[in-house]
Amino acid sequence: MAVMSYLEAGKAALAAEMRDDASVWALGEDLGRGGVFGQYRGLVDEFGPARIVDTPISEATIMGAAVGAALLGTRPVVEMRFADFALCAVDELVNQAAKARYMFGGQGRVPLVARQPIGMWRSSAAQHSQSLESWYAHIPGLVVVCPFTPADNYGLLRAAIRCDDPVVYMEHKDLWAMTGEVDEAADLPLGKARLVREGSDVTLVAWSGVLRAVEAALPLLQDGPSVEVIDLRTIYPWDRDMVLDSVRRTGRLLVVHEAVATGGFGAEIAATVAGALFGNLKAPVRRLGAPRIPIPYSPPLEEACKISPAQIAETVHGML
Amino acid sequence: MAARANIDVERLLAHYRAMARIRAFEEAAERAHQEGHVKGAVHLSIGQEAVAAGVCIHLKREDLITTTHRGHGHTIAKGADTGAMLAELLGRASGTCQGKGGSLHIADFSIGMLGANGVVAAGLTIAVGAAHAVKLRGERRIVVCFFGDGATNRGPFLESLNWAKIYELPVLFVCEDNGFAASTRTRAMSAGPGPDARAESLGIPARTIDGNDVIAVDEAAGELVERVRAGAGPQFLLARTYRLKGHTASDLGAYRSAAEVEARKADDPLKRAAELLKVSGVADETIIAIDAEARAEIAAAWKSALGAPWPAVELAFTDVQDVRMPSWR
Repeated sequence: MAVMSYLEAGKAALAAEMRDDASVWALGEDLGRGGVFGQYRGLVDEFGPARIVDTPISEATIMGAAVGAALLGTRPVVEMRFADFALCAVDELVNQAAKARYMFGGQGRVPLVARQPIGMWRSSAAQHSQSLESWYAHIPGLVVVCPFTPADNYGLLRAAIRCDDPVVYMEHKDLWAMTGEVDEAADLPLGKARLVREGSDVTLVAWSGVLRAVEAALPLLQDGPSVEVIDLRTIYPWDRDMVLDSVRRTGRLLVVHEAVATGGFGAEIAATVAGALFGNLKAPVRRLGAPRIPIPYSPPLEEACKISPAQIAETVHGML
Repeated sequence: MAARANIDVERLLAHYRAMARIRAFEEAAERAHQEGHVKGAVHLSIGQEAVAAGVCIHLKREDLITTTHRGHGHTIAKGADTGAMLAELLGRASGTCQGKGGSLHIADFSIGMLGANGVVAAGLTIAVGAAHAVKLRGERRIVVCFFGDGATNRGPFLESLNWAKIYELPVLFVCEDNGFAASTRTRAMSAGPGPDARAESLGIPARTIDGNDVIAVDEAAGELVERVRAGAGPQFLLARTYRLKGHTASDLGAYRSAAEVEARKADDPLKRAAELLKVSGVADETIIAIDAEARAEIAAAWKSALGAPWPAVELAFTDVQDVRMPSWR
């Protein structure tokens, strides 16, 4: 078991898949120099510029070219730098990658991975901070992954690269330096949540960077309500079974995500649980997400978008 | 029409046959749309057949093409089965895409046709990606990317041409300029001297030809395809043509005069090829026989497509994705 940062884990996963499979390659801006966050540093030395491809600032063609190359059987790993920039490639991802297999009657597959880092990080303001996972969860054909731990970033990126479906892979920018143990031999499946902690009073479902706020909230809970924490990890397909089994026991659900609450993926989970377990619920289903405002620059203003540990603790108390 | 020197009559007959098959297909598609058999939009390439025929004669089965919403002609010229194509237009399970794509998304990977596209200019990025994979794997095949003049004002046009050039990819861009971006004259909406100049500004050699002259298309495409095969990087062909029908089969074309369309019918590529064949000594009967043969092929294809069963509703739930494939009930 190795200790790695979240960033190193992603890099190690890509390198491992590139060693195992000659059809895997990566393309995006600045990859030869390590990528905007350094998550590709050194890979060009091992794999060469034909497989670690530096591209122009052409998001639409980075994604579209990956679609064409994937239809021919290669496995491109696309780097979009920021989920915000990936919006320049939404036609290529939503109209092309997600639909090619279906609309062509199964003649081709699009086994690409679109890495698009999400989340608030270093006062990055409205165009470098968004969490847009629910947009892609809405699109048939796509798999959406939001890893939180280094171990998951390693295992799930490997699984995403091996997957024959197009995968939107959303690392959180504020987690790059976080370290943790990584079992490189573990085989992590897409679509399975991680049980972070068992509990019997409230089921708390979260994913990605906001899980740090969840961890910080737990010690704040007075009188020790027992909170079961689930890290969803894969947003689509989400692990409905684990969530429903848990709420069946606890009778209470709180979903916490960094993305805007309105139309966020928490709404889908809340509606599913309310529909399936109405009779089991001991309290109304609750959601915590960002207010529906663009993410501001100034640190005290940005705080207004973030879910705080105190807010989580207070919400849990209110459900009991 | 004056006789042209050094005409390869057999080759011109092959072109005429290819164009006649496309014309017969498009006329059948138009009729089927008018009669309500084809439910969705159909974009006809009537009047533009010489581009498909003149380019695709240079392609091998393993070569790849991408095309547009107006892609029936390219697909037929690349070698797709007209029966499976008509079945696709009718939404039948025996269609090229099991009835899941229709005219707008017709594709036949078995003959290297990577798909028509409902989004203008979207095929360009896919084509350069296919060419990138071809180069990455050291294969010898090439990619031909067909697109319309309207696509040249979208960002992916610039991005893809730039991409193809910086990586020196084996791709031939074919701009089939029919003069119209939907119902707007493209020239009125385009700055600068034209798509060929845009290509040349990126260092991509471009040739501009009369796209209704199948021999001119054949010659220019032959030269450019040869350069792409030789590793000279991307090449660009601007083929000027004219869309004799509306943007879709239900477009009445109020944005242009009937007189304009009538006048352009004199320039019909089939008519021009037929005249050239006649002055080269080919008998009328031969040309009539080719037309009849093409119509008979399409009539038989139509009959079999119309008799083909509808897909079972379960098919709507297949080929969505592997990770938790949805299911019907």
